[in-house]
Amino acid sequence: MKSRRDYTSLMASLISIAAGLLLGLILLFVFNPSKALYGFENMLTNGIRNTDKMAKVLYTAAPLMMTGLSVGFAFKTGLFNIGATGQYTMGAFFALSAAIQFQLPWYLGLLAAMVGGAIWGAIPGLFKAHFNVNEVIAAIMFNWISLFTVNLAINNMPRMLASAWGAVNKDRTAALGAANRSAILPKLGLDELMGSNYVNIGIFIGIILAVVMWVILSKTTFGYELKACGHNRNASVYAGINAKRNIVLSMAIAGALSGLGGGIYYLSGTAQYTLVKTLLSAGFNGIPVALLASSNPLGTILSALFISYIQVGGEAMQPEFTKEIIDIIIAAIIYLSAFSLLMRELIRRALTRRHRAQAVARGEE
Amino acid sequence: MSEYVIEMLGISKEFPGIKANDNVTLQLKKGEIHALLGENGAGKSTLMSVLFGLYQPESGVIKKDGQVVRIENPNDATALGIGMVHQHFKLVEVFSVLDNIILGAEQTRYGFLSKKEARKKVLALSEKYGLRVDPDALVEDISVGMQQRVEILKMLYRDNEILILDEPTAVLTPQEIDELMLIMRGFAAEGKSILFITHKLNEIMEVADRCTVLRKGKGIGTVDIKNTTKEELSRMMVGREVSFQVAKQAVHAGREVLRLENLCVPSRLHKRNAVDHVSLTVRAGEIVAIAGIEGNGQSELVAAITGLERANGGRILLEGKDITHASIRQRSILGMSHIPEDRHKHGLVLDYTLEENMVLQRYWQSEFQHRGFIQREAVRSYAQRLIRQFDVRSGQGPETIARSMSGGNQQKAIIAREMDRDGCLLVAAQPTRGLDVGAIEHVHEALIAARDAGRAVLLVTLEIDEVMTVPDRIYVMYGGKIVAELESVSVQELGLYMAGAKVQDQYAGGGAK
Repeated sequence: MKSRRDYTSLMASLISIAAGLLLGLILLFVFNPSKALYGFENMLTNGIRNTDKMAKVLYTAAPLMMTGLSVGFAFKTGLFNIGATGQYTMGAFFALSAAIQFQLPWYLGLLAAMVGGAIWGAIPGLFKAHFNVNEVIAAIMFNWISLFTVNLAINNMPRMLASAWGAVNKDRTAALGAANRSAILPKLGLDELMGSNYVNIGIFIGIILAVVMWVILSKTTFGYELKACGHNRNASVYAGINAKRNIVLSMAIAGALSGLGGGIYYLSGTAQYTLVKTLLSAGFNGIPVALLASSNPLGTILSALFISYIQVGGEAMQPEFTKEIIDIIIAAIIYLSAFSLLMRELIRRALTRRHRAQAVARGEE
Repeated sequence: MSEYVIEMLGISKEFPGIKANDNVTLQLKKGEIHALLGENGAGKSTLMSVLFGLYQPESGVIKKDGQVVRIENPNDATALGIGMVHQHFKLVEVFSVLDNIILGAEQTRYGFLSKKEARKKVLALSEKYGLRVDPDALVEDISVGMQQRVEILKMLYRDNEILILDEPTAVLTPQEIDELMLIMRGFAAEGKSILFITHKLNEIMEVADRCTVLRKGKGIGTVDIKNTTKEELSRMMVGREVSFQVAKQAVHAGREVLRLENLCVPSRLHKRNAVDHVSLTVRAGEIVAIAGIEGNGQSELVAAITGLERANGGRILLEGKDITHASIRQRSILGMSHIPEDRHKHGLVLDYTLEENMVLQRYWQSEFQHRGFIQREAVRSYAQRLIRQFDVRSGQGPETIARSMSGGNQQKAIIAREMDRDGCLLVAAQPTRGLDVGAIEHVHEALIAARDAGRAVLLVTLEIDEVMTVPDRIYVMYGGKIVAELESVSVQELGLYMAGAKVQDQYAGGGAK
C-alpha cells in the first residue's frame, strides 16, 4: 500500500508540472505569439545547454532546497512555516557577519547561519507552544522584523559594507573575494570542471540534509514524536510526549534549515546582500518546493532542482520577453506545479473509478 | 402499492480489504421502528450510507414504494423523503439553531433570506413533537442532546418520511434516551418510518417493532421484536452465546495502589471546582468504579489522576509516591495505564497506522528503539500479536490507517495497547462506550483479568449495567463530590445517589472530611 501511495504522489507531482508548463505556454502565446514557441524552447532547454548553465541550476537549487526542506519539515510536524524568508535573511546576516565582521572561515559561517535561522524559527515556536499564538501570524511579523533588523544592523556595521573593502557601493555587503576569501564555500575543483564560477558544495549540503531529514522523520523516535504532535497534539500529550518542547524544536530545526539556505547562498562568493525593503523570494519559493514534493524530504531534492531549472531557463527568454513577464510565467508554472495535492486526490478518484469499472466488468463476464 | 416504503435488496459494498456489505437485504414498513443491529464493523453504518446516497453499492437495488430508485447523493435521498442523523452530528457550530435547520433548504425572497416563516415552521414542529430547542442559541453553546434534537428537526423541516438515526443514544444521558424513545414512538404513530442503528439490546426491546441483524457484512435475518428475546438477538449478532453475567472470583484486594487526598480540580466551564475535595483509594487486585451521571466531575477527576490536567488542591499518591505534579511520562513509567474517554482526541493519532498507534505509549522503550531509531520489525510483530490477541479487525492489518477503522475496532486497539502494559494501575474511562455486547464482554473479561493479575483498576462509567456487574467497590460522584462508597447496591438506590437525592452520612456536610 505504501508504495502505491508514493506512486500516486509522484504521478500527481508530474501531472502538476505538466499542467504548469502548459499554462506557461499559453501565457507566452498571450504575451507574444510570434516568439512563444521560441521562448518556451529556450526556457526548457537552457538549463542543459552547457555545463555553465547546469552549474547555475545547481547554484540556484541549493538555497531553494534548504527553504523547501524547512517548510516541508515544519509541515510534516503540523506547523506552517511561512517564516522561511525571515529565517533565511537572518541566516544570511549571521553568515555574512561571521565572514566579514569576524573574518571566520566558511564552515563557521554556515554554523552561524544555522544558529541565526534557528533562533528566528524558535521564537514563533515559543509563542505557539506557550501562548497558543498562531505560528503563521507570528512568523509573518518576524519576516519583516528580520528584514529591517538586518538592514539596520548592516547599516551600522561599516566594516560589513562593500565601501569598506575598496568598492564604492554603500548599499550592499562586501564581496567575499575582497573581504575574506576563506569564507567562500569550497568548489572542489568543480568550477574548472564545469567552467563556471557559480558551482560549489552548497548543492551537496542540501542533498545530505534532505537525506538526514528523511531519516529523522521516518526512522527515529524523535520524528515519531514530532509527527504525532503534528497530527494530534492531544494524543501526543496523552502519550507523555512533551508537545510544547517539540513545537519549539520543530520550528527551530525548520529555522536552522532556512538559515543554512541563506548561508549557502551568500557565502557562495558570487552574491552580495543588498539593502532593499522587500522580503527575499527564496524563502517564499520554499513553499511551492515543499508542496510539489508533498513535503517529502527526498522529493524536495527533485522539486528544488526543477524549480531552479525553470528559473534559470527563464533568464534565456530575454530580450524577447520582458523580465516581469518571465517572472509571471515562472510564477504560474511554480504555483500550478504546487497543485500536487489536488492532483493526488483526482488520481485517487480516477483509480477508484477504474477499479470499480473493472469489478463490474468482471462481474458481467 | 408495496407493503414496504423502502427496500434494499442484495446490497453489496466493498472497501479495500474488507467486504462491508455482502448481499444484504433490508425492508422497511411504513410506520414502523426498525432496528438495525450488529457488532462494531458489521456494516450497519455503511448500509445506511448507501441508502442516504453517500456510497454507491457495487450491486443491489433500492426500491421506494416498490419502484426502483437511484440514490447517487444525499440530495437524491432528501428528494425521496429520506433523512439521516449521523452518529457525529453535521452542524455548523457557529450558526444558530434556526440557521442550521434551514441550511440547504432556505426560503428566499428576491434573493434575501426570509426566516420568519421558517421560524414559525420550526417552532410548530418543535411544539408538536416535544423537541425542545432554542432557535436563536448557537450550536456550539447547546448540549449534545439538544444538538441531536436540532438534527431531528432538520429532517422534519424537510418533510422527510423515512428517518435514519445512526446510534442516536450513544451520546445521550439516560433521561435524554427516555425522551428520545418517546419522540420516536410519536413519529411512528404518525406514519413516519424509522431506521434505528444501535447495538444496545435494551433499547431495541423497548422501542423497536422489527429488527434486522448484520454480522460481518452479511444479513443474518429480520425478526419481530414481539417474538424474540435479548439472548436470541445477541446470539444472532455475535454468532455465539453471550453471557450478561460477569464471571469473577472473589476479590483479594492487596496493598493500596492509588490514593487521592482531598483532590480538587478546576472546571473549564465554571469558576467552581469540577472535582471538590475527593478522597478515595484503589487497592491492588480490585476494581473500583466511579459511578455517576455525565458531567459530575468524573472526566476532570480522571484527567487529574492521569496528568492531563493540573489539580489545584490535594494530593495524588501512586504506590505511596506523590505524583500530584508528576509529568504524564513519569506516571506512565511508574505503572499507570489509561484508557481515555475520548478515543479520537486522546487515544489515537488517527493519521498514524495501527501499528504506530499500538506503540504510542511504548515507542521509547528499549524493545522498540535502538539509539533513537525505531525498530520496525519489533513494532510490527508486537502489533500483530496485539491484533490477534484482542481481535482488532481492520482492512490492512498493522498498516491500516487508524482513521479508516470502525469506531469499535479503534477502541479495541486502545484497550489492547493499555491492557498489555504491565503496571500497577489501570485507569479506564468509559472503556465500553460505543462497543457492542460481544466486545463489551471482552473488555469486562480483560478488566477482570487485570484485576486477577494483581493490578488496581479504576473504572469510570456511565452505564448502570456496568456499575452493577463489574466492580468490587463503587464510589458515586455527584456535583464534583463523592456521595457514597458501596460494595453492593440495588439499582434503585444507586439511582438515588447518582441523582444527588441521597448522600451517605460520612459524606454529608460537604467540604473536607
